Amino acid sequence: MEWFESWGLTLIVFVPVIGGLLIGLVPKDKEGLVKALGLGSAVVAFLLSLVLISQFEFGGGSYNTYQFEVNNTWIGAINANYHVGIDGISLPLLVLSTFIMVLAVIYSWNHWEEPRNPKAFLILMLLLATGMNGTFVALDLVLFFIFFEIVLLPMYFMIGVWGDKTLRKIPGFAKEVETRLYASIKFFLFTLFGSAFMLLGFLALYFKSGDFGERTFDMVELTNLGGAGAFTSTFAFLVFGAMFLGFAVKVPMWPFHTWLPDAHTAAPTVGSVLLAAILLKLGSYAFIRISIPILPQEAKSWAPFIAILSVIGIIYGSLACLAQTDMKRLIAFSSVGHMGFVMLGIATLSDIGINAAIIGMVAHGLITGLLFFVAGSMHHRYHTREMSRLGGNMKLMPIMGGILAFTAMASLGLPGLAGFWGEFMSLVGSYNPLEGLSLGVFRTSMVIGAIGTVLTAGYMLYMLQNVNLGEPQAEWEGHEFHDVDRFEMAAWVPLIILIVVIGVYPKIIFESTTDTVVSLVQTAFDSDITASLPGGG
Amino acid sequence: MTFEMDYLAIAPELVIVATMLVVFALDLILTRPKKYWTATAAVAGTALAAVPLIFLAVDGEVRSMFDGSYVVDEFALVLKGLFIVSAYLVLLLSHQYIESERFYQGEYYFLILASVLGSLLMASSRDLIILFVGLELTTGPLYLLAGWRKGDLKSNEASLKYFIMGVLSTGILLWGMSLLYGLTGEVKFSGLAEATVGLETEPAMILAVLFVILGFAFKISAAPFHFWAPDTYEGAPTPVTAYLSVNSKAAGFVAMLLVMYLALPGLSDIWAPALWILAALSMTLGNLSALRQTNIVRLLAYSSIAQAGFMLVPFAAAAVAGSNLEQGFSATITYLVIYSLMNIGAFAVVIAVSNRLGTGQIDGWSGLGKIDARLGILVAIFFFSLAGIPPLAGWFAKFEMFRSVIIAGGSATIVLAVIAAINAVIAFYYYARVVKAVWLDDPAADVIIEPERQSSGSLRLALLITAGLTVAIGIYPSFATFVGEASRVIATGGG
Repeated sequence: MEWFESWGLTLIVFVPVIGGLLIGLVPKDKEGLVKALGLGSAVVAFLLSLVLISQFEFGGGSYNTYQFEVNNTWIGAINANYHVGIDGISLPLLVLSTFIMVLAVIYSWNHWEEPRNPKAFLILMLLLATGMNGTFVALDLVLFFIFFEIVLLPMYFMIGVWGDKTLRKIPGFAKEVETRLYASIKFFLFTLFGSAFMLLGFLALYFKSGDFGERTFDMVELTNLGGAGAFTSTFAFLVFGAMFLGFAVKVPMWPFHTWLPDAHTAAPTVGSVLLAAILLKLGSYAFIRISIPILPQEAKSWAPFIAILSVIGIIYGSLACLAQTDMKRLIAFSSVGHMGFVMLGIATLSDIGINAAIIGMVAHGLITGLLFFVAGSMHHRYHTREMSRLGGNMKLMPIMGGILAFTAMASLGLPGLAGFWGEFMSLVGSYNPLEGLSLGVFRTSMVIGAIGTVLTAGYMLYMLQNVNLGEPQAEWEGHEFHDVDRFEMAAWVPLIILIVVIGVYPKIIFESTTDTVVSLVQTAFDSDITASLPGGG
Repeated sequence: MTFEMDYLAIAPELVIVATMLVVFALDLILTRPKKYWTATAAVAGTALAAVPLIFLAVDGEVRSMFDGSYVVDEFALVLKGLFIVSAYLVLLLSHQYIESERFYQGEYYFLILASVLGSLLMASSRDLIILFVGLELTTGPLYLLAGWRKGDLKSNEASLKYFIMGVLSTGILLWGMSLLYGLTGEVKFSGLAEATVGLETEPAMILAVLFVILGFAFKISAAPFHFWAPDTYEGAPTPVTAYLSVNSKAAGFVAMLLVMYLALPGLSDIWAPALWILAALSMTLGNLSALRQTNIVRLLAYSSIAQAGFMLVPFAAAAVAGSNLEQGFSATITYLVIYSLMNIGAFAVVIAVSNRLGTGQIDGWSGLGKIDARLGILVAIFFFSLAGIPPLAGWFAKFEMFRSVIIAGGSATIVLAVIAAINAVIAFYYYARVVKAVWLDDPAADVIIEPERQSSGSLRLALLITAGLTVAIGIYPSFATFVGEASRVIATGGG
């Protein structure tokens, strides 16, 4: 498997977009071929990522060493390289991304939202896949930036073209606007605003690295420099702040989250799934991969602030959920809360906390992905997302109702299901954060976070009660509802199985992450290990 | 002092002159239905002019003539390449437009070529006189071309406004230059660079530099001297507008930078703050005004004002920070080249769509994606590229801008970087508005689609070239970095 060593990651990243280009060549009316190509390229990328797991050497190895590494010149003039590689932290996320993509294609097989056009939709999905996979393997800041931004275009079109067409009164607009139009541009502008500053942060790192040799965008080299204390004082503080803006908008953290409920609600089902399951992870992943290792000291000084924003997000998200009448919007706000737990875990800067964050990301991807699938399918049948009209769903569609109940339980963090570990461990982590961090702030956060878990249970049960229980509304009398069909089953069963498996046996994630995370925390914060700076700086 | 002619060095200019004469002669001979041969000759001649460029580039020798006043080095070659390629593209755009509206064809091509000749001269100029002659030869023919749609009042207005503003700015520029000459007795850049050292407190010198900047600011329509641009752009025939916003703008830009960089580096205390202000104002005013536009050409006019601001940023930042000007200069030139490509593409697609749907109003473009998906995709490519969204070429231009600002360092430049970052987001909004109309909105019920009004072959070729380059440079920016590298080794022409 020599070739896989050097080509594996590149193929996983670019097979989807190549599939997309091929689809572009197929005439529109050959829908079968279009779908087959779409599914084919998603499956190939997923199978390749399975091969990746089988070839991956688990355990051991210190942080900042990568497997399947490729490093070629890309933009020679500015010393930016095509540098990709993978370690225990990015592996689960990359596999999650390729896995969800396959399910999304299967689901969309017979679920095309108006104006249909499977060809265009699949091309956009596959382009999105390339951007997401690429972000998880990029080891060069410019390359990372490009992949991080590439996802914007397809998502913009997905929301804008296939999104929700209901007219809504939006403050500041004279006329009523279609939800999709408002949501798509808001999504784009928020992210773009964040990433403009993120880019300035990257460039500042690049500039500063010139003090210690050739200027570089390479994350591995920058991590070495950062670990040795190359970036300090006001400079580093500002750089962290600039990157924080970019990542926090993407996560999204309170108070940068306002694009999320709109985008999620307006997006077509598959769009919401991909957005929730993978796109949100790009931001939190970037915190772990870039902010902490390159600017460890700044991470320490920003950590309490991040923790506070996270718990505000948890409480705010939960309370906002309780005020929703729209099912999809409720799920969207629940993401704000869940990502709050993830960010709280990261803010502790401890190995438990960061492990919690990663398993939390994977679990949130699976669970919220499934929730959006179910919500989309119910909307497909009822043509409404108003929870007050959906009551008694259990009687009309028992299987659908059962899956919804299961997923809601997973989402509220029921022990034994995947959602539990992220929340639980992130609270454990904040009881005992990295040495030197304010115990007061973190233990208070823990308590508030714990209250948040109760609220989470509250709104999930509130949703279940409204949607599943009770008697069906009179308006549905005489309607025949088709319960879960085979494409939906094919897309959802794997998710359900994984949610249970990870819940019962979380080791399959920790096997990959623990060693890397421990080593990350050690190299970043252990003052005994001080490498010397090159260049005498 | 010897004046040896190096004919290979000026071969591109000679080819253009010859083409002008051929076009002129053809126009006299041919009967009306056969006039399209003048277009063919112009396109072929422009392409031919690129051949000696390749020889010169392969040769790689720095050729200096007329005692160092006229220099052909790598930098000049890159710029000449840009001018010739963009002129070639504009000619491709013009063909269908000029023929369908029954304009005078021969004169049109003759004047465009004359303007190209001016920009080629300008790229090599290393003294004030050649620079001035080159610049005026570039803009002069455009006063006529802007009014080419004779029957249209708007076109008349365009021409008149452009002429009056142009003449005014020329006067100011020339006055500034004459002061420079009066104070130093030098016209050559290398001589000026030495003679102006230590004169930065001399009141007349301050006046001279400010006048020169003022003159150029009018030419490149930098805010607050931009008021002529939207009216002129809207009234002029669209291919001429494309030429105005790319070639003539680039020529003005390069001229200004050459003077600042090569002739007046010692006076950066005077011109650096002025450029900083021009950059910040152009970005902000251009973008804010563009937000409100409903006509696509006016939108592009304001966008090009804003883009001029972005382009100035690296050079202004480097100068204000007092750091090495070379980095800022090369980033600005890189931006200029990428901007030229994608902006011509944007105008090409505007011509193609206006042709198809019969309107230049953004609202009128609603649902284009459903009517003609290919044109819709092209609109998305060019407008998102102008907005700087990866993986399209525009991102690298913006990236280079930010990179050189950060390298320049200093608080004044960081402020400029933040202004630029905010402006990049504002700019996205109006570019996206066009894409939104094309892809997100439904076609109007009464839209008249004229299937027979397809784009001509030459227009398609122009679209293909620009779109291909926009995507290719975006994915593999090394295709464009040679521009920046060439700008670093610019020869001053010696003494």
